[in-house]
Amino acid sequence: MGTAEPLSQAGYAEAVKAPGRKRKNKGETNLAGYLFISPWLLGFFLLTLWPIAQSFYLSFTDYSLLEAPVWTGTSNYANIFSNDATFTKSLSVTFVFVLISVPLKLFFSLMVAIALSRNIRGMNLYRTAIYFPSLIGGSIAVAALWRNMFGLDGYVNQVLAWFGIQGVGWITNPDTSLGTLILLNTWQFGSTMVIFLAGLKQIPQELYESASVDGAGRFRKFVRITLPMLSPVMFFNLVLGVIGSFQTFTSAFIITKGGPINSTYVYALFLYDKAFKHYQMGYASALAWILLGIVAALTVLNFLASRYWVFYESDGGKAK
Amino acid sequence: MTTLRGKLSNHLFLTVFSLLMLYPVIWWVGASLKKTVELGLPTIWPSTPMWENYSKGWHFSGDYTFAHFFGNTLLMELGNVAGGVFTAALVAYGFSRLQFKLRAFWFLILLLTMMLPGQVTVVPQYILFNKLGWVDSYVPLVLPHFFGGGAFFVFLLVQFIRGIPRDLDEAAKIDGTSVYGIFFRIILPLIKPALVTVAIFTFIWSWDDFFAQVLYISSVDKFTVGLALRMFIDQFDIQWGQLLAMSLLSITPSVIIFLFAQKYFVEGIATTGLKG
Repeated sequence: MGTAEPLSQAGYAEAVKAPGRKRKNKGETNLAGYLFISPWLLGFFLLTLWPIAQSFYLSFTDYSLLEAPVWTGTSNYANIFSNDATFTKSLSVTFVFVLISVPLKLFFSLMVAIALSRNIRGMNLYRTAIYFPSLIGGSIAVAALWRNMFGLDGYVNQVLAWFGIQGVGWITNPDTSLGTLILLNTWQFGSTMVIFLAGLKQIPQELYESASVDGAGRFRKFVRITLPMLSPVMFFNLVLGVIGSFQTFTSAFIITKGGPINSTYVYALFLYDKAFKHYQMGYASALAWILLGIVAALTVLNFLASRYWVFYESDGGKAK
Repeated sequence: MTTLRGKLSNHLFLTVFSLLMLYPVIWWVGASLKKTVELGLPTIWPSTPMWENYSKGWHFSGDYTFAHFFGNTLLMELGNVAGGVFTAALVAYGFSRLQFKLRAFWFLILLLTMMLPGQVTVVPQYILFNKLGWVDSYVPLVLPHFFGGGAFFVFLLVQFIRGIPRDLDEAAKIDGTSVYGIFFRIILPLIKPALVTVAIFTFIWSWDDFFAQVLYISSVDKFTVGLALRMFIDQFDIQWGQLLAMSLLSITPSVIIFLFAQKYFVEGIATTGLKG
């Protein structure tokens, strides 16, 4: 796959601005172009745009799937914001989850990527080992493993007992249950790491060489070269990490079922229960739109903040 | 460049870290062969391996064996992979090689859909599939893959096709080949490696896409491996050894593919920032 362009800001920009070569018979190429993208376009209208519009409409209704939706105005939203303690709980659980696991993942993946980027022998072997949890981590199989390992007489507690430490029921204790899910999520930092690794390879070696000539030490090179050059990739990982973690579902669904006392009742699970357990489709749609609002706001916030810390090279000197 | 000491400490760090990362998996392999009483013990290997964990777990549900569930999942995967690979290639070719009105606009929309939380569309999609009578069938799981296979894959293939020199297309065009001919005879053979990447990721993600499976499949007869495991977990008196054995089996297809096709993974993720 050597010819593929590596992930870069320029990749997105170039793709969007389409080098416009004029064609003679425009009508024909228009038709061909739309024919080729028609599967996606059809799917976009049927399974994305129309559902978005419908979900927006439903969020102002009561709908149980059995009878027609009944318009109730903004009452779903009003109830969510003023009467629903579970909403507040699940939102705060999700925020804690995102705020802890995203930075942890970024930290570990950057640290390991830097260690791996030094062209050392056995690099592939290390990368395989470290990526492996990301391959399987989201599966229900690993959720089962986690539930067993962190159980009251599970493996983790037996090891602790060996050292004379009295363990707790990690999953059944509301103080630690969310922590076990965060740990599982953080364990899967492999793809973030691979993206960092690709970003590190794009930093021109000359920068480090000239810095060495100027007598810069390792730490200084890291702060002055690696971090700024890597900031676009860091930004990319941050944005996708926040969006992804906000939607975490399977681990909470299988390992803790949201409990105990809602300590792991993440937002996606709350929404799932409302829609498909209680069949409150209107209420669930309102929850979905609030989620969309939060995720969009966080993304915009990330973009605004990025001006202060993300470093883009000027157009002329794009590193390849 | 780096000193010997630096290199050694780097290796030490990576070795320890790798082992730490893999430790739960190593323990898992041993645990799948343990008796229930041994499960919590800090030892990795059982005193006597309980191979029955595998044979009994295989038959845990009574009516169906795991062979049935694996068969169901593979059937679903066949549709997902075929639909995803072919339509993603079509769409990517359109975006990367053809000129048409609003192309940049649609591409931007495509990229934006990657950021859209699935929860926003899931309720109306469910209502739609329910009205069409497709709930409790594989259609809601497979059909979406036939609409371009997902924005991530279109993006990956677009990136890949843009790396192929245009001279080849131009030469074919001068010879009178149509855009369709160019797609089938020139582009499609050249993007095979990227198509393999798409196939692999589609396979593994669909295997793990538990949310859609739990939402749409309700009868045991149609259960995927993931749903069967969930049924196993929700039993009153869980036979943990058997459950861990079957869980381990359930990830083997993904693991085998990963070990054999690693370079596709790494390059796929690096190209687009795919979440593996």
